[in-house]
Amino acid sequence: MLRLVALRIAMAVPVMLVVATIVFLLLRLSPGDPALIIAGETAGPEALARIRADMGLDRPLFVQYLAWLAEIARGHLGTSVLSKIPVLSLIFDRLEPTLVLALSAILITVLVAVPLGAVAAWRHNSWVDRAVMMLSVLGFSVPAFVIGYILILLFSVKADIFPVQGYVSPFDDPVAALRHLALPSITLALVFMALISRVTRSSLLEVLGEDFVRTARAKGNVERRVLWRHALPNAAVPIITVIGLGIALLISGVVVTESVFNLPGVGRLTIDAILARDYPVVQGLMLFFALIYIGVNLLIDIAYVIVDPRIRY
Amino acid sequence: MLTNRREALALSAGALFAAMNPARAQTKKTLRLAPHAALRVLDPVVTNAYITRNHAFMVYDTLFAVDSHYRPQPQMVKEWSVGDDKLSWTFVLREGLAFHDGQPVTAEDCIASIARWAKKDVVGLRLAAVTTGMRAVDAKTFRIELKEPFGPMLEGFARPSSIPLFIMPKRIADLPADKVLEEVVGSGPFRFVQSEFRPGVSWVYERNDKYVPRAEPPDGLAGGKVVKVDRVEVVWFPSKQTAINALAKGEIDLLENMNADQRSLLADNKGVTIRRRPGPNASTIRFNWAQPPFDNVKVRQAVQAVVTQQDYMDASIGDPESYQVCPAFFGCGTPLETAVGFPDTGKPNLAKAKALLQEAGYKGEKIVIITPGDIASFAPLAPLTQQLLRQIGIPSEIQTMEWSAFLARRAKADPVAEGGWNLAHAVFDRIDLISPLGNLNFDARGKGAYTGFVEDPETEALKGRYQRETDPAKQKAIVEAMQKRAYELVFYIPLGTYFDYEAFRSNVSGYVPSPVMVAWGVDKA
Amino acid sequence: MSATERATSSARRTHFVEALLANRVALFSGILLLAIVLSAVLATVITGDDAFLIRPRQRLRPPGAEFWFGTDALGRDVFALVLHGGRISLLVGLLAALAGATVGTAIGLLTGYFRWLDPIVMRVMDGVMAIPGILFAVALVSLVGPSLVTIVAAITFAEIPRVTRLVRSVVLSVREESYVRAAEGLGIPPLLVLVRHILPSCIAPLIVQTTYMFAAAILSEAVLGFLGVGFPPDLPSWGNVLAEGRAVFQRAPWTIIAPGLFLAVTVMAVNLLGDGLRDRLDPRLSRAAKVSS
Repeated sequence: MLRLVALRIAMAVPVMLVVATIVFLLLRLSPGDPALIIAGETAGPEALARIRADMGLDRPLFVQYLAWLAEIARGHLGTSVLSKIPVLSLIFDRLEPTLVLALSAILITVLVAVPLGAVAAWRHNSWVDRAVMMLSVLGFSVPAFVIGYILILLFSVKADIFPVQGYVSPFDDPVAALRHLALPSITLALVFMALISRVTRSSLLEVLGEDFVRTARAKGNVERRVLWRHALPNAAVPIITVIGLGIALLISGVVVTESVFNLPGVGRLTIDAILARDYPVVQGLMLFFALIYIGVNLLIDIAYVIVDPRIRY
Repeated sequence: MLTNRREALALSAGALFAAMNPARAQTKKTLRLAPHAALRVLDPVVTNAYITRNHAFMVYDTLFAVDSHYRPQPQMVKEWSVGDDKLSWTFVLREGLAFHDGQPVTAEDCIASIARWAKKDVVGLRLAAVTTGMRAVDAKTFRIELKEPFGPMLEGFARPSSIPLFIMPKRIADLPADKVLEEVVGSGPFRFVQSEFRPGVSWVYERNDKYVPRAEPPDGLAGGKVVKVDRVEVVWFPSKQTAINALAKGEIDLLENMNADQRSLLADNKGVTIRRRPGPNASTIRFNWAQPPFDNVKVRQAVQAVVTQQDYMDASIGDPESYQVCPAFFGCGTPLETAVGFPDTGKPNLAKAKALLQEAGYKGEKIVIITPGDIASFAPLAPLTQQLLRQIGIPSEIQTMEWSAFLARRAKADPVAEGGWNLAHAVFDRIDLISPLGNLNFDARGKGAYTGFVEDPETEALKGRYQRETDPAKQKAIVEAMQKRAYELVFYIPLGTYFDYEAFRSNVSGYVPSPVMVAWGVDKA
Repeated sequence: MSATERATSSARRTHFVEALLANRVALFSGILLLAIVLSAVLATVITGDDAFLIRPRQRLRPPGAEFWFGTDALGRDVFALVLHGGRISLLVGLLAALAGATVGTAIGLLTGYFRWLDPIVMRVMDGVMAIPGILFAVALVSLVGPSLVTIVAAITFAEIPRVTRLVRSVVLSVREESYVRAAEGLGIPPLLVLVRHILPSCIAPLIVQTTYMFAAAILSEAVLGFLGVGFPPDLPSWGNVLAEGRAVFQRAPWTIIAPGLFLAVTVMAVNLLGDGLRDRLDPRLSRAAKVSS
């Protein structure tokens, strides 16, 4: 187990390097000038040069790359060009809403989508099955922001059940937090639920066709016991894989959802930083997301070992 | 024993809770505002972004300020005098002015602030060019010595926009004008709560209890700045509709701006008051004078012949109550309003345009229109311009880019093939246009000038005369001459002025009508 | 009949029924998709030449006899915009899917066959997967500027790793087969072995994956438009029609509902088609697609 963990961590380092390189190249080899956005339209060339020097943009590309890598190695993700606040502080300041949102979305998904998928597989080809399949395709197909706006229109503006926007920390006021979280987490969760319910269903279907299930049935087990005790744990591996890969979906979804519901989270920070050409923030954030993704997948690999004793590395 | 322990536990839990939530201990009267943009840069000299300017008006004070009729009024200055030869100006500060760090405002601070401002602002630059010296006569008095008369002195000090003169402590103002400030120490009616600043998300002000307001009632940006709330929270909403919904439900108190379309969403809401914003916006077409085909005045005139403000306003704003066809380059409803030279008849003259194009020898070359894709006020302009150009036989291509890329591209005079452009739009808050010296559209120095690179030495000469002129009637005559010339040579084409709307909850009162959103005078029931 | 026999025959029956149903749904989706594609291709014929005419005095008209889907904030006919927008969006989707399939297959084949490439390439693919696709796309397009090439490239980038892994896993399982060994033994150059003997096994899951990528790419274009980094205003796509509708959504919901509906129906149809194809083309092969996707 320890060997597995150590190995995976070791493999994560070159991956992070790849991410760092991609991000660096992406942002440096492009038109546009952050000095201009700070200085405004009427700035003269000397003023711009001064600001560029201040921000370190006048050094050769490779030097900038190495300097940045060195900073990351020290755990310092740079400083925002516009507001002069360290990127790490910006991220930590905005992390809570995003985490809370993501966790609620995951919770909703697991509580709703896995049982739905299981029932669909169990009652294969009944109307339940077809309904779940249709709903999940719908979940894939309608863009999140359309759903978000419709939900706001129906439940916030017309029906006045939920607030329109904003974030309240669950540590400050759990009830208000729930009210503010309801619509955004549903919006975020929909795509995820679509994915998970389908994978649960198809994974379970395969497993249910396997020999050991027939054996369990032959032994006279009640269907429900067959499902939960024998089939589901074996179907768990692909489901867990998909949850891991779904983190990427979640991160993308978080950006749109935070924008629609005006949540002061990390997703919005990223879009704002990209549009404002705040290089250090964008780079730091992409690294951060990559780290999350790698970390989650590491946890998933560990989860595999627990759930499926056949897997050995 | 047990009871004591339980009580002790309860007491300590309560203390812990109170410690974690100090705001709950006393209820502060808090005003929640939704601004038009996100605040990131705090230095109003380095950037001329409106949002930074708005922030600066909250925490800094100014020597003079414009009232609701755009007339400069004294703010920090108690009295001033001009020498008989018009070559020296003396200013005396009011009593009781102090910075947020406790230090009193002195003449030295003013001089240092003026010096910093004069390095960046167009009017300030002109002042600096004719100033022989500035010195402090005593702690509250300073004098400016000139080598020639400078008519717009007060106008310059009272400038409400890009860039206003904000008074900062000498130690901060002495920093180079390109160094971005991070420390916010002003002498204004609000203090900036640095610890709660989340750039791009929200920022907070608290009342400056030591501020000494003037006695007069507030009028525009002038008059007494009396703060009636304890705390102001400004929250940025990337989606305007979300902000409107939040206002409708009372989740925020005041919305800085919304357009005519969005106004209809709040029309039925009894809990909300809607007002037209006092300062309109003006959109314009700018040509690249440095490159063909728009280096030829006849081609520009051809476009001018088919542009009607009515069409642009109808297409982009829609609601006739919200826009105005305005012939004046320096703003309608301002002291310098004039209709001299206005060519727009309300009907596009296709025949004239095509004739002009033929005379100019235009051969149908495709032009490039650049536009920022992420700014709502620009969105309707490029497609409409493209359609108009097509009607007179000028094919065009629209290139969209992000705001800073747009600014960068627009600042270049190069040919299109080398990263240039032919036509772009600009949207101004009218307060940027009211000053003949400050109006960037009249920067006629050619290649080094404001984007568009208008070249006309005669206009520059007119501006110089204006600067030296102190008689208002003569100033107006000069302005009329400038406008007439600008229309003949088609410096740019104004597309109309339109109003945005502001809205606030019905329990909010005293919101001062002004082109800059400010929170003094506002009370909340 | 015993319980087992009953279970088995019922399973067999349901499998057949499922196949039939899936096919019917897939068939219907295919027809629907065809209708949408045709409407996009024939957009000019259906709506006439002045489809994008800005009508300053007809802004924000609700759907009615003259304008079936109403007008937008510039007075343009939303029906025309949606139809013409379909061209761009479908084109982007198709190009991105094909590009992703091509590049991903090439890399997957090479990396599955030449084992020494594997550690490097797979780490790079992991790196690419670790960056959220939308963020990369938004960054790329906002930095380089929106054009067909940029937007397609931005969307394709995030799809490549999935295809690579899929193809690679097929290559890994197939390369030990006897016919491949035989071909190698005969001295056939490796590239030819890859293309002639290994590639065919990848086709079925590739088709399925490409279909899903098509759907995802159409959606990505919409999100890019929504976030403000899509095509310029004179080139309507579903993405930027939606983005413009966003600003006036509550005042004029049809500006979002019409393109949103078209978008959702198209993506749904493509996804259902993908499902149908997957069920048709041997479910065993599709497991590789599921596990690696």
